[in-house]
Amino acid sequence: MADHSHGSPENAVTVAKPGQGSVQKFQDPGLPPHRPRLADTDPRAEKRAERQVGVLFLISILGTLLFFFGYFFIPLDQTIGTLRLQNLLLGLGTAFAMLGIGVGIVHWAKTLMPDHEIAEDRHEIRPEADRADAEKIVGDILEESGIKRRPLIRNTLLGAGVLAIFPAIAIFRDLGPLPGDVLRQTMWDEGVRLTRDPSGTPIKASDVTIGSAFHVIPEGLNESEHKLEEKAKAVVLLMRLNPESLNPSPGREDWGYDGIVAYSKICTHVGCPVALYEQQTHHLLCPCHQSTFDLTQECKVIFGPAARPLPQLPISVDEEGYLVATSDFQEPVGPSYWERG
Amino acid sequence: MKALSQRRRHPLAAIALLLMGLLLTGGIYAVASNANEAKAQTSVSASDIEEGEKLFVANCATCHGMGAAGTEDGPSLIGVGAASVDFQVGTGRMPLQMQGPQALQKPVQFTEEQIQQMAAYVASLGAGPAIPSEELLDTSGEEVDPAAGGELFRVNCAMCHNAAAAGGALTRGKFAPTLEGVTEKHIYEAMVTGPQNMPVFSDANITPEDKQDIIAFLKIIEEQGSPGGADLGSLGPVSEGLFIWVAGLGVIIAFTVWLTSRSS
Amino acid sequence: MSSSAAGHQYQPKTSVGKITNFVDTRVGGSAIVKEFGRKIFPDHWTFMFGEVALYSFVILLLSGTFLTFFFDPSMAETHYDGSYVPLRGIEMSMAYASSLDISFDIRGGLFMRQVHHWSALLFVAAVSVHMLRVFFTGAFRRPRELNWVIGGVLLILAMAAGFTGYSLPDDLLSGNGLRIIDGVVKSIPVVGTYISFFLFGGEFPGTVIIPRLYVLHILLIPAMILLLIAIHLFLVVVHKHTQFPGPGRTNDNVVGYPVGPVYAAKAGGFFFIVFGIIAAISAAFTINPIWNYGPYDPSPVSAGTQPDWYIGWVDGALRLMPGVLGNFPFEWNIPLPWGTNTLSLNVLFPALVPAGIVFTLLFAWPWIEAWVTKDRREKHLLDRPRNAPTRTGIGVAGVVFYCVMWAAASSDLIATHFMVSLNDVTYWLRALVILGPVIGFVVARRIALALQRKDREIVLHGRETGRIVRLPHGEFIEVHEPVDEYKRYKLVSFDSPEALTAQPDVNGHVSKGEKRRALASRFFFEDRVAPVTPAELEQAHSHGHHGEVASEHDKASISSH
Repeated sequence: MADHSHGSPENAVTVAKPGQGSVQKFQDPGLPPHRPRLADTDPRAEKRAERQVGVLFLISILGTLLFFFGYFFIPLDQTIGTLRLQNLLLGLGTAFAMLGIGVGIVHWAKTLMPDHEIAEDRHEIRPEADRADAEKIVGDILEESGIKRRPLIRNTLLGAGVLAIFPAIAIFRDLGPLPGDVLRQTMWDEGVRLTRDPSGTPIKASDVTIGSAFHVIPEGLNESEHKLEEKAKAVVLLMRLNPESLNPSPGREDWGYDGIVAYSKICTHVGCPVALYEQQTHHLLCPCHQSTFDLTQECKVIFGPAARPLPQLPISVDEEGYLVATSDFQEPVGPSYWERG
Repeated sequence: MKALSQRRRHPLAAIALLLMGLLLTGGIYAVASNANEAKAQTSVSASDIEEGEKLFVANCATCHGMGAAGTEDGPSLIGVGAASVDFQVGTGRMPLQMQGPQALQKPVQFTEEQIQQMAAYVASLGAGPAIPSEELLDTSGEEVDPAAGGELFRVNCAMCHNAAAAGGALTRGKFAPTLEGVTEKHIYEAMVTGPQNMPVFSDANITPEDKQDIIAFLKIIEEQGSPGGADLGSLGPVSEGLFIWVAGLGVIIAFTVWLTSRSS
Repeated sequence: MSSSAAGHQYQPKTSVGKITNFVDTRVGGSAIVKEFGRKIFPDHWTFMFGEVALYSFVILLLSGTFLTFFFDPSMAETHYDGSYVPLRGIEMSMAYASSLDISFDIRGGLFMRQVHHWSALLFVAAVSVHMLRVFFTGAFRRPRELNWVIGGVLLILAMAAGFTGYSLPDDLLSGNGLRIIDGVVKSIPVVGTYISFFLFGGEFPGTVIIPRLYVLHILLIPAMILLLIAIHLFLVVVHKHTQFPGPGRTNDNVVGYPVGPVYAAKAGGFFFIVFGIIAAISAAFTINPIWNYGPYDPSPVSAGTQPDWYIGWVDGALRLMPGVLGNFPFEWNIPLPWGTNTLSLNVLFPALVPAGIVFTLLFAWPWIEAWVTKDRREKHLLDRPRNAPTRTGIGVAGVVFYCVMWAAASSDLIATHFMVSLNDVTYWLRALVILGPVIGFVVARRIALALQRKDREIVLHGRETGRIVRLPHGEFIEVHEPVDEYKRYKLVSFDSPEALTAQPDVNGHVSKGEKRRALASRFFFEDRVAPVTPAELEQAHSHGHHGEVASEHDKASISSH
């Protein structure tokens, strides 16, 4: 096969060059001759196709009946099984009703309607003369309006028009309040008890055994006016591990209690709850984007798209033995934002 | 998939081999020596502990050490309780076939009776969670509230096990398994003991009644299935997207090809 | 019209004629019938994807209207007391409760929800495949550039329609999706926090986001889609449809079937087929089981939290971006005169840059290609993808880039289902998102060139028949059956532009821009396979033994027609 030209540029002889005329181009043989279909020549095939289309439309009718059967004769008796059956019958009924019509029509078109391909000429979208006329009309309009000759009118109109857009933007101001510094505050404060999510019952330090993980909300959250907004910032994951495993940095030694530590559950990446606690590796994993935080390094990011450690909630124990916060978080929780600083 | 998972990663193949050898001899010995003991045994007797110790020495001590004090290859079992043994051995996770990111479910290697004996032995070494009694696992009671269980499940469990309990990924090859087909007893035991990387959900965190609610919820969603038809693995939008691209568009392309082809 | 006004000279005889006369003398419909009644549309299976998209949109409007009658877009708190036992008594929003009621207590409601959601997935998929078809066949070239841009806008609107709808049931899955959106919005410098507060009416989640998304979802976005579809289809009529080159098909005609009756029947029937397929899927396959996810609550989250497929690539990009590379963090605290501001590139970069690259290239592509080729003639004949190897390669690179990010959005499911480490999946995909497009480009371009060479082989030496013949002198040859002239014309009638060197302008000066264009042209067209010429075919037939065998067949096969 070595003598076969592959049309590569090196085989310049065989590559068509522009301007070498029609000898270098194949003649268009025109549309291929029409090949008749079975139904065009054989009356029996035509009859058969007609019957097939009829049967397909009948299937559609049966499908509609199936739909009615599912709708009126399957009672919704609050069990999942009957609901599943009804959904199946409604769906299959609709499917047969629609496919019967669709396949029937297409089969009809394919076998019985004429199948001669027809060529239609393309024309220019608009004649060039029209374009010249349009250009002249627009030019005349501009000229007669005098907008080019009277810059005072033009410029003041431009200014007025541009300015008039702004009310349409400003009117949306009351879509929401300004951020203020609400993102820096949560419900946590000195003495606020740590309580179980969702029941709101307080947690004793002795309840938290090594290897445990408690999902925690601040006391009083369930009664708060803006429950979900507060919860979105205040949820905390409480864990206990061997105190030797923790390596608190200077100044944070007393933020935990006997190996019990509390960290914000809101990911510093884009705010998913970082709730997956691996009690042996002491890793916290976010299920949304897989940011991984190491509890033994104060929740430093060890994998994934988050860039900041999870904020720690300083906790202690009150006189009744319940876990309490000793202050709010020392930094804003959740994803970063421009004003965060 | 399960067979595949068992053959993955074997950095400590030697230990696995050794274990299998021990298992074989220990298993034969155990079966032979227990052949004529009563079957339905629930209360713990001294002989159970004794038999359990023999089984332990033969099958577990290689990794967990003599007296279950732990070695480099396996943690100490003092104080893990009977529930832990019943879960780990009763689901086939123990004895471990090979070291890996986490112990995988395998066919159970021991009879129910042998598991009870080993559990009795380990429980005798130090106090720990006991195997839950029948009434703790009974979810047919009036006061059991599966909806409340569902809420607790979403807060405490769904982030690892998925909201429909279909399972999910953890770091570095570990994963939270699906809860479909897991018995009430094993679900309960997993909560109280925190096997592998699962945190412990002690009774002080989730009360026994709450655990009943959670189990009731899981059993309801497992039994009822999805009202909308096949659930595509309950994996959410990923399997739905894959389905529409492969099956949905596939069928549609087949129709377009038929529609534009010439009839014969 | 004028004749009828003058004195009703036209006296219709048939009943069709009477109806026509009635309508035409009042609204003037005959012009429309004359324009469309016998309009020609070419037939090819790849031309159907736009129709699939249109029909899914119609089904979306129908099923969506049904759902609005029962859906309550309110975030007011309620306690569920419907039929679904595992949620009874749970506190939830009216939006979620009414979505559950649609699913469990309204006959056919679950079916309609599934129809609506499945057709939404199909709608965006069909739009995407339609655009891929248009790209790979070069149907975006003059005069269709603006319609290509409209198509791109429609894709973005389709994604927006999908996302706003996905969030409406206020379930746990979509609520966490909204929370991710909130996090991404907050990362926008200067105005991000404000946009977030305006969008949610205060702090996330607030009580206004569902009603606001509802208005966008059922009014604003569908109205815009409808308007753009109307313009899109109007332009299709103005331009007439493109066609693949072949015998009898030129740049100046359009060959196919007339609207009435064949094309109308096929296109109309196809609507019912698409509807039927969606109904069958909705009958047997669950989609978005909101009852599994529970009501939205900021504390819980489910493993495997993903968006619908069309947002997946952006979610995947968020997953792939490392927050800290070595010791280099991508979140910067920038000290400024008025205080310190935070720039979260680890969020902003993946959320904006990949989508920015994809959509900028998509919108600009018709002009990029026209600039490179300096060919601004009208193109009504399509390219087979193999006949435009560089474009095909670039398209495949884009698809690979998209698909790697798409796969990254399911990294956790890949890890659990293929029993590999989640972290390893991420590392591999990070490498692939950069290397994959390059590999995809090279491989696809090479395959396209190879297929062109194969076409040349077929034209010059015929099709391999698999028949082995022993010649009188003992040699064995495989008989090649030559292609007939129609098939041959199909394989040789394509444009194969050559690299165009830098051209001097009127002053004889070669500008820098022109040099850059010449470089791009070389990159596009340096490797090319030219179509076979009659001279080459002649040469191939006049030498070589199997050529002789072939030429006899050649005559026979042509005369048999």
